[in-house]
Amino acid sequence: MDILRGISVAPGVAIGEVVVLEAEDVRIPYRTVAKDQIPEELTRLKEAFDASIREVQEQAEWLREHLGRDAANVFEWHVGVLKDDHLRESIEEKIQQEGAAAAYAASTVMRNYQRRFLQMSDPLLVERIRDVQDIERRLLRNILGASAEDLAHLSKPTILVSHDLTPTQTAHLAETKVIGVALDAGAATSHTAILLRSWGRPGVIGLKDVATRISGGDTMIIDGTNQLVIVDPNPSTLKEYRTRERAYVRFSGELNEFQHLPAVTRDEHRVTLLSNIEFPHEAAIGVAKGGEGIGLYRTEFLFLRPEGAPSEDEQYEAYCEAIDGAGNQPVTIRTFDLGADKYTQQRSYEQERNPMLGLRSIRYSLQNLDMFKVQLRAVLRASGHGKVRVMFPLINSLMEFRQAKMTVHDAMEDLEEEGVRVDSDIEIGMMLETPAAAIQVKEFCREVGFISIGTNDLIQYLLAVDRGNERVSRFYTASHPAVLRVLRDVIRACTQAGIDCSLCGEMAGRPLYTLVLLGLGLRQLSMAPANIPEVKKLIRLVTMGQAQRIARRALSFETDRQVTNYLRDETRKVLPEDPI
Amino acid sequence: MSDTNPQAVRDATVGNREGLHARPVMQFVDLASKFRSQIRVTNVSGRAETVDGKSAMQMMLLEATQGSIVRIEACGEDAQVAVDALADLVTSGFKNGSSHSPSPPSVGS
Repeated sequence: MDILRGISVAPGVAIGEVVVLEAEDVRIPYRTVAKDQIPEELTRLKEAFDASIREVQEQAEWLREHLGRDAANVFEWHVGVLKDDHLRESIEEKIQQEGAAAAYAASTVMRNYQRRFLQMSDPLLVERIRDVQDIERRLLRNILGASAEDLAHLSKPTILVSHDLTPTQTAHLAETKVIGVALDAGAATSHTAILLRSWGRPGVIGLKDVATRISGGDTMIIDGTNQLVIVDPNPSTLKEYRTRERAYVRFSGELNEFQHLPAVTRDEHRVTLLSNIEFPHEAAIGVAKGGEGIGLYRTEFLFLRPEGAPSEDEQYEAYCEAIDGAGNQPVTIRTFDLGADKYTQQRSYEQERNPMLGLRSIRYSLQNLDMFKVQLRAVLRASGHGKVRVMFPLINSLMEFRQAKMTVHDAMEDLEEEGVRVDSDIEIGMMLETPAAAIQVKEFCREVGFISIGTNDLIQYLLAVDRGNERVSRFYTASHPAVLRVLRDVIRACTQAGIDCSLCGEMAGRPLYTLVLLGLGLRQLSMAPANIPEVKKLIRLVTMGQAQRIARRALSFETDRQVTNYLRDETRKVLPEDPI
Repeated sequence: MSDTNPQAVRDATVGNREGLHARPVMQFVDLASKFRSQIRVTNVSGRAETVDGKSAMQMMLLEATQGSIVRIEACGEDAQVAVDALADLVTSGFKNGSSHSPSPPSVGS
């Protein structure tokens, strides 16, 4: 039995057999295929070789152009190896004679070669082992590229273990029999984590080496509530967790009773709980969980598909689907938040050195005006279909906001000329997620229709911590006194100016912060639908006076640890049976 | 391949400083692949394992460093031409007889 600690993406317990999604550094488990599948494996291998050769050639070409021929030399050898008939034949032989899966066959053969290099006496030649590893990884990636699809064919509830998942892979989990996820990589607010959370099943990420410690078929317990996974549990632990699993199901069942009650404090202060969604079909889930509209529709997830950029009509249809799903409640559409870890980096060969500070979000849209206008046209057309608000991500200066707003009006004029019905009073807002915008909040309040505080980015820019870098992500916390003070100032400015203000970061969905956010004056919180029932229950158990007292006290601390401990104690006092 | 007798053989001493590394290996493999003959190479100074001269992976495994003697054997219609060209390439320190530019060889990163 092994207990590993990580970061939880969603609470709850999942117990099951493991499937390892093979990734770069992971040993590929022995897997055979049925005889009639052998031709398929051979084709898969051939395609992987072809794709790998193309990739390396492109890479070598690029290096030759930018860094000269010497830099490209080693990749020419990679191409040579990938075209090596002997290598290919010995892998094919393994598949044909042993019925080995292509990935296993390739990995075994490549690792035999790695051992040969290890035994060499010339240190320069021993270094070639890295190249062989590199080639192996590339091949495996190309062989296994389709393996996320295999997840769709799981025959029983399964726990997925992997080094990492791409947002695309994560987005498709809901269609599989996967009941829990454990990942080596990741931080609490990476986009994979956000998607995992909206998927709603127990998951622990940032486990560093879980994928190498386990092989397919082992039993694993995912304890999302306590942020740990247990590999190969002993019988008594297993028994204990079966009990907890039932308790958790009961607790969620109780929460569901709160779903359709209003979010009102005991002293009759009304709070609006909204849903964050990535895909239009989730709008209906938000309503089912007791949400009162969509506070954040992350439209950039429309790009997470092989076909790339969505057309105006495709977008219009997606937005209408979200509007329909949300019933008569408003849908706040955030324009594409592309860049940083989403989409654009994979597409450009010259990656930005510092993408979080790079061409992302509204900056990207304003530099790709054609794409931006297409989106705004689709949003405006959808505004004729139902109640829509539009907001821009990462607004950092008034000029950016004005330019974006002007683009909306341009698109509106065009549509009106075309005779298309739009909501000409559509509310235009901004996401406040940079320190600069927080400092200038009063000026923004004079121009914007509404403000939505995006704490995920705000915290990362305020604390100078890359939330996706597991080496520093422990420094990333909403409990940092500086974060609370900035939130206080922003909320206060909005209240004084009479500007509609909500908060839509991950923080909004964490019961730990519910009380302090209410106390700071927020009356609208937007979160993953799965979090709504519990936050609602908490709100219904407190008075606004209590929340204000808690906020004042929380603001008096000097360190994030004090803040976290204090908030945890206060939350437990209100909701002792909460397993979170 | 091992059951065919070579029709041409020549030993060559590796002339370049870093031996048969990424770029020299590819020069050798590229040149060998231009011939119809089968090419076999043995590092006589090393473990005396015989490899396919058209295989990028196997050639790297020869572990031929500066001063190593490699035996080049060919079997096929252009055996003699092939062996001569390849042996010249090796002894020259990979400075000629290749499709690559004649810039001084460097160690692959």
